[in-house]
Amino acid sequence: MRLKSLFSAGAVALLLGVSAAGNAADVKVGVVLTFSGGAAQFGQQISRGMELYMKQHGAELGHNVELIKRDSKRPGGDIAKTAVQELITREKVDILAGFVFSPNAIASAPLVTQGKVPMIIMNAGTAWIPNLSPYIARVSFTMWQSGYPMGEYAKDTLECKTAASGYTDYPPGKDSVSAFRTGFEKAGGEIVDEIPMGGPREVPDFTPFFQRVKDAKPDCFYVFVPAGNHTTAIVKTFADLGMGDAGIKLIGPGDLTQDTKLQDMGDDAVGMITMHHYSADYDTPENQAFVKAWKAEYGEDTTPDFMGVAGWDGMAAIFHVIRTLDGDIDADAAMAALKGWKFDSPRGPIMIDPETRDIVHDVHVHEVVKSGDRLAIEVLGTIPQVKDPCKELKIGKCAE
Amino acid sequence: MPDFLNILVSIVFDGLAYAMILFIISVGLSITMGLMGFVNLAHGAFAMTGGYFVVSLMTGLGLGFFPSLALAAIGVGAGSLLLERVFYAPLYKAGELDQVLMSIGLVFMASAALTFFFGPDPVSINVPEMLSGQLDLGFRKFPAYRVFMIVVGVVMITVLWFGIEKTLVGARVRAVVDNRHMAESIGINVDLLFKMVFALGSGVAAIGGGLAVDILGLSPNFAFQYLVLFLIVVTVGGLGTIRGAFVAAIVLGVIDNAGKYLWPEGGAFFIYAVTIAILLVRPAGLFGKT
Repeated sequence: MRLKSLFSAGAVALLLGVSAAGNAADVKVGVVLTFSGGAAQFGQQISRGMELYMKQHGAELGHNVELIKRDSKRPGGDIAKTAVQELITREKVDILAGFVFSPNAIASAPLVTQGKVPMIIMNAGTAWIPNLSPYIARVSFTMWQSGYPMGEYAKDTLECKTAASGYTDYPPGKDSVSAFRTGFEKAGGEIVDEIPMGGPREVPDFTPFFQRVKDAKPDCFYVFVPAGNHTTAIVKTFADLGMGDAGIKLIGPGDLTQDTKLQDMGDDAVGMITMHHYSADYDTPENQAFVKAWKAEYGEDTTPDFMGVAGWDGMAAIFHVIRTLDGDIDADAAMAALKGWKFDSPRGPIMIDPETRDIVHDVHVHEVVKSGDRLAIEVLGTIPQVKDPCKELKIGKCAE
Repeated sequence: MPDFLNILVSIVFDGLAYAMILFIISVGLSITMGLMGFVNLAHGAFAMTGGYFVVSLMTGLGLGFFPSLALAAIGVGAGSLLLERVFYAPLYKAGELDQVLMSIGLVFMASAALTFFFGPDPVSINVPEMLSGQLDLGFRKFPAYRVFMIVVGVVMITVLWFGIEKTLVGARVRAVVDNRHMAESIGINVDLLFKMVFALGSGVAAIGGGLAVDILGLSPNFAFQYLVLFLIVVTVGGLGTIRGAFVAAIVLGVIDNAGKYLWPEGGAFFIYAVTIAILLVRPAGLFGKT
């Protein structure tokens, strides 16, 4: 074992020796994000978060960091995998970062294991992704961190005896819904229906699915859709069908109440309850400084959301690795540096769990409220330092 | 109301609203394909452009929903005449493959142009107050916009049916669909007729696109996303018939909704199964001429 790791470390050093011939201090970071199509907004958020951190802290690092960006376009995984392969073999990047959609991270995982490149996931929330490679660490969130506590909260605090779930039919959707089911059933609630509502690429007409839920009359309706364009349609359909008046509570993970989309939802969103780790409305000094810097850099009418924060935190993690290793990136050493790393993020205190290489952060209950003429997030409660429940409980693929 | 009946009403109602959008957008395609046999895959792009017309008139100029719809129809109808002269006319005698390639190229261009001007994200509009929220029809509440959609669809089929069945122009259109050579030899100006119908069909599609924004959403991907659906409506209905497009839209819209409602795991399976079944029995479509 020892011999093997020594050997592989030697091989990496050799590889690095070749790639770093130009400037020994430069660190190349391959960034794989969605920069075009309907998901372009996510790529922009994350890369803005990364660049803002670099701009504020780059000078004190003492190393040049070069971001090499690639567009993964869609959730399918294929384009992302090709981009990762090219970044590892041709660009010889030291670190990989980004990954909006889970399938893109999942498809790329075998490559970072073979190529021995640390991969910092800045969004993709399917719980078991870090299990796919020892070189994956995640700074964003897992679907279980919001879904599981939401299940408990729905039963215990919102007093829902029955619940139905609707989800976009791809890995994080299934993940979020099974997290909710596990938490809700454990607390003694009953799930009456779980409805797949089409794939992530296009926003469907949600009416038949929502009508089905309305006719089933659950107390709570838990919805997972990818953050972004699906969410306004969710709120609209819910209101158009009069589901709120029928006594059904709309709940979900915080992807539904993403800061960048919140204002588009209209007053129908008021009262919606989500479980999440970030809102630009948090009044902590770290967050206020972050939001202020963001608006100064990108415009007063822009706002960071949880993806922007993940970009910021991810860049902080990368800087931590570079600093610890003094710019000489070795995959195993980088992962060792990331394990147990702590940081004061705009979202609050965060840590990379040394066991699972996954994020540990506070999770908050969000309610959408009207504040003046804008919609805002009010925090109803906080669950401190949540580890991914899926890996804690060793459920399904999380146990592997 | 008993549960079963309630579910049935849900499915039929939502299905009808959805069907009306399919009908309004597809009917022009059915007629133009019936008239000229031109495979115009860009038809959905006219609907999409109409939708963007409505969005920009409403959000940019602050016009109302209905004036915006009317202007979108006029704008897209007029624009389609220009395209007809420049791109379509040279290919009337060409093979179907050439027509398909040209028209799908137009869709790519429209999609890229709209992405350039409006960005890749979906856009939305605020429909008038009276069309939002719920409408109480006595025995049950329905989403107001969908009720409106069904009314519009019924008005549209009535007007178009009257136009085709009871007017001279309509009679000429029917004559050309039935037998083009005979129609030409008795002096019907097919070229002019086609231009009119083409512009009308595009204008109606533009209205459909504007009406669809609130139900299907609108992004520069719209024309691709729904292309197959529009083609299915035309094929199942039969080329060149308004009645066919209407019935096909209703059958497919209601069945698609029923499938999603009753068996969400099956997703979009139903609509294709039904399409295959219908075309196996009637290869020319429900009302098509074999």
